[in-house]
Amino acid sequence: MSAASATAPPTPSPVKRIVGALIRTRELGIILALAALICYTAAGNPRFLSGQSVRDILLNTAILAVMAAGQAVVVITRNIDLSVGSVLGLSAFAVATMMSANPGLPMIVAILAGLAIGGVAGLINGVLVRFGRVPALVVTLGTLYIFRGVTYSWAGGQQVNADELPRHFLTFANDSFLGFLPWLVLIALIVVGGVSVMMRNYRVGRELYAMGSSPQAAELAGIRVARNLLGVFVLSGALAGLAGVLFAARFGTVDAAAGTGLELNVVAAVVVGGVAVFGGSGTVWGAGLGALLLTVIGSALAVLDINQFWQQAIVGALIIAAICADRLVAVRIARALRKKDSHV
Amino acid sequence: MSERVRARLASWDSIIILLTVAVLVVASLTVSNFGTGRNFTFLVLDLMPIMLVALPMTFIIVTGEIDLSVASTLGLASSIMGYLWNQGLSIESIIPICIVAGALLGALNGFLVTGLGLPSLAVTIGTLALYRGLAFVVLGDGAVADFPFNYTGWVTGTIGDGSVPNVLVLIVPLAVLFGVILHATPFGRSLYAIGANAQAAHFSGIRVARTKFWLYVVSGAVAGLAGVLWTLRYSSARADNGAGLELAVVAAVLLGGVSIFGGKGSLPGVLAGVVLLAALQNALRLQDVSGQALNVVTGALLVLSVLLPNIATSIRNTWQRRRLRRAAAV
Repeated sequence: MSAASATAPPTPSPVKRIVGALIRTRELGIILALAALICYTAAGNPRFLSGQSVRDILLNTAILAVMAAGQAVVVITRNIDLSVGSVLGLSAFAVATMMSANPGLPMIVAILAGLAIGGVAGLINGVLVRFGRVPALVVTLGTLYIFRGVTYSWAGGQQVNADELPRHFLTFANDSFLGFLPWLVLIALIVVGGVSVMMRNYRVGRELYAMGSSPQAAELAGIRVARNLLGVFVLSGALAGLAGVLFAARFGTVDAAAGTGLELNVVAAVVVGGVAVFGGSGTVWGAGLGALLLTVIGSALAVLDINQFWQQAIVGALIIAAICADRLVAVRIARALRKKDSHV
Repeated sequence: MSERVRARLASWDSIIILLTVAVLVVASLTVSNFGTGRNFTFLVLDLMPIMLVALPMTFIIVTGEIDLSVASTLGLASSIMGYLWNQGLSIESIIPICIVAGALLGALNGFLVTGLGLPSLAVTIGTLALYRGLAFVVLGDGAVADFPFNYTGWVTGTIGDGSVPNVLVLIVPLAVLFGVILHATPFGRSLYAIGANAQAAHFSGIRVARTKFWLYVVSGAVAGLAGVLWTLRYSSARADNGAGLELAVVAAVLLGGVSIFGGKGSLPGVLAGVVLLAALQNALRLQDVSGQALNVVTGALLVLSVLLPNIATSIRNTWQRRRLRRAAAV
């Protein structure tokens, strides 16, 4: 059951109902926070809204948003995938090595390779969670170590430098589609939009929400929990693998440490974006907004000349604020439902 | 052999203790320099922070919660230590301040989890980022290194001229204390009750929220102490001290047979888990395996520690079902 649909007040006028629904939309809070932050920062330093600055923010958001889309789906099913940072590292290093060895390969091959590597990593997670009956937290904590260790053993201290990579691979990060929309941003938009539509409008998406609300009930209702769960982890892994390709293309220099600790930012984006850690509620595009908000905060600190060291502390405070807000909404919904029942 | 003794021997914590002993014996025999007194000192110093933080972490996971912020608390305590030392405070007053600071950070976790009823996983991922960020705010990316030698020397030193490190004087009594509390007091039993079913525990008169709150306070205080010892050991206060340690601690606790769902586990198992991880890493490092490649071993052990008991259970269930079916057919 999604948070928004459960909260119809007893006897609303249409206007009141729409306003009420808007206020209860978790994503609205993020949009407002984002708008306030952008206005404040731009007032302090107009350079913040210059083309280059906006472009940098969008490019930095793209990689985080792609991973956040996958993570949001995992969290909605009441699981978690902590291995995404390591999957990104593995995919980035593998694809960079492949491209430096075969400069003639087109970009689409690199992207497919990244998706495949991530998908296999996600499949391992999913099989262990579903068939090993090991909690997702434990599995992905373990594979966080394992995938990173595999990358380190493979790299053995080597790194792939930008001058070893083919030009078309590197320019992909900066080239634009139709002249104004960077490819990276386009890919992120497609991913976030596509997964959002899948979760909102398709049967499988609604099944995933049901699984997150009550895993047992979903099983009893005849939802194919095993197939869906495997799909969810494959999706999260594949998107982390795709993010690895984007990472390699954007930064050019890839070593075995690429993406270390990124899982924390991804989970932060998802939680800040209004996806409840207990599953069953939240939206994928909210998680995308969460990724945008985190990136904007980072840039705003730099533009406003605030000590960069505050950034991580602010991210932490935001996560806590977001879960407090979720709790508040949940408590109010519970109260509203109880009131409705007592009228009947 | 009675049923109980047999169950005890087959339990995961006995297996892990035996495995640890086996690894120690095999490594001493086959890895050169592993069995030396000098290496023993280093081994103990390496596992010291994980061992300390794992003690309260065991309690918390037994109650079905988790605390991922411990490594950041350690780092913030280290930063505070460096900052206060730069301000000219004496080390004798800095150390208690750091431990109290850790306790306060733990109290914030405890309040968010028990006072507001928020999920501990999300809360402590938040405070993981928050406390580490604050550590950087306090000390920046510099290091403070000029701590007095009589303290740094004590932490890295050994008792007499032998190879028993001084820090064991702290670790062993603490481990015994935590073990006795968990396994031999009503309070310890109440932790298992909370982990098995918090609601039932509440209705049996156990103060669930208050107990959990104090566990987080203790966890923070011990992480603060670990931060002090870490700083003195490397004689360097840095904001990134202990980064990522929370994963090693959780891995060691789960490896020691504590169930992530709460209600199950023992402290001897956890201690064995900590020693096993540290000994494996130490032995492999002596064999020139790169430190980062060891991550594969840590991760695999973590997954296997939950996977193997699950497989064993399902095999046993299948057998039992088959036996019952055969009995029914006869």
